[in-house]
Amino acid sequence: MDCSHVFEFKFRRLIVVFTLFSAFLMVSLGAKAQVDTTHKAEEAHTETTEKKKFEIGKFALHHIADSHSWHVIGETYIGLPVVLYANGKVVTFNASDFHHDDDAKVVVEKDGQRFVKMHEKIYLASATANEHGQYVELDEKHHAKNARPLDFSLTKNTCTLLLSVVLLLVVFISVANGYKKRHGKSPKGLQSWLEPIILFVRDDIAKPNLGHKHERFMPYLLTVFFFIWFNNMLGLVPFLPGGANLTGNIAVTMVLAVTTFLITIFNGNKHYWKHIFWMPGVPVPMKIFLMPLELIGIFTKPVALMIRLFANITAGHILVLSLICLIFVFNSIWVSAASIPFAIFIGGIELMVAFIQAFIFTILSALFIGMAVEEHHH
Amino acid sequence: MDLLIPEVGLVVFQTIAFLLLMFLLSKFAWKPVLAAIKEREQSIDDALNKAELAKQEMARLTSQNEELMKQARAERDEILKEAKILKDSIVNEAKTSAQTEGAKLIEKARIEIENQKKAALAELKGQVSTLSLDIAERVLRSQLDDKAKQQDLVNSLLKDVELN
Repeated sequence: MDCSHVFEFKFRRLIVVFTLFSAFLMVSLGAKAQVDTTHKAEEAHTETTEKKKFEIGKFALHHIADSHSWHVIGETYIGLPVVLYANGKVVTFNASDFHHDDDAKVVVEKDGQRFVKMHEKIYLASATANEHGQYVELDEKHHAKNARPLDFSLTKNTCTLLLSVVLLLVVFISVANGYKKRHGKSPKGLQSWLEPIILFVRDDIAKPNLGHKHERFMPYLLTVFFFIWFNNMLGLVPFLPGGANLTGNIAVTMVLAVTTFLITIFNGNKHYWKHIFWMPGVPVPMKIFLMPLELIGIFTKPVALMIRLFANITAGHILVLSLICLIFVFNSIWVSAASIPFAIFIGGIELMVAFIQAFIFTILSALFIGMAVEEHHH
Repeated sequence: MDLLIPEVGLVVFQTIAFLLLMFLLSKFAWKPVLAAIKEREQSIDDALNKAELAKQEMARLTSQNEELMKQARAERDEILKEAKILKDSIVNEAKTSAQTEGAKLIEKARIEIENQKKAALAELKGQVSTLSLDIAERVLRSQLDDKAKQQDLVNSLLKDVELN
């Protein structure tokens, strides 16, 4: 059957959607950057006249970092709930109590404890302000030295995490219901969109690396694949409910990598451990030499997983942000003629990277687990 | 750098959320989905296998039919040939038997004729001898009416008989 016209149609629709998406991304980011620059400019005017230059690095890092408030549009922010554990007590308040202060200048007093927020981190406030009006003590690198409470706030990343969990559950339970409803029939709708990807994970990721044992690890591999992919895509959406850099956050990639690591070591058979501690088929001095190397290898694999995902997603976000920021660095609208098409191009690449990174994380996890459970016949 | 230091709160939330997600998805999504996909693949495989078997069966039946046709044709030819031979032999037999029968009849007729001829000849001979005797008797009677003539005859006869 000739289905090419269908694909052509879908492909065209995809291009339209993607173009609109990219345009929106640029406009939204542009507006945001505009707001920030004007804000900064005002600040600069009121405080010192030196600091007029637009700082691209700070701007990008601020946007990829976690936040206690969620930017909606323009000057509108949603204050997210703050949950702290300090001095044996749980303290909760809303982040909007800081009044958008991020320089430890506004103190929030709650349950007899005082907190300030600096660079999106909450500190126990000092008793008195320093010469800049900040209620923190700074070291020579302008980092706060104050103690930090344990922060279990529902930050932007946490909210995105919960949202993505709900989204994944809704999507895949509805897909599963599709299989129940159309038992033994061909897939339809969402089901037909996601089935090829599920099959891709099974046939191209799990089966080649895990062989006949793949069924045991399918739930983990599928969950990790779709979790990373969905969150990478959500991260590319520049407005609510996207915009958080969840998979580009080291805490998130660390948990994922640790999960792979734990699955690997708890499923490792005796051949796997023998290859690490007493490599067969090599002379004894070599065995002793290889042991620490192999032992380090156990840990470098998940660390590489963690860094790779974090760095790729973060780099993509920084790249798009920087390209847009070029307009404000040169302070000329004509720069947009070059930077916007290029940012759209990078945006397209990021869409691919979103999938590729999910794929790489999953296939490497499968590979590491596969190495641990592999049966040796020699 | 702040970016490289994981926040405790997010680590905790991520761990709980991810494990919960994995548990719920494996129970309510992956298990039924993978089972359904496997079942469908199985049924497709079965259907394909059955189709293949049916195809083979068809091919087998077709070849069998052909074989049967061929056999039937050969048998028909054989029967026709045999019938022809039979016909020929019957005709030939009939011919030869008719010939021999005819020859026999002719022979019989010939023998009969011969016999009849012989009988007729024998009867004729008898009648001729009787007739000749009668004639001789009558001739003799007429000739021997006078004595002189009788004497002449005796004399002639005596003359012929030489006494030795």
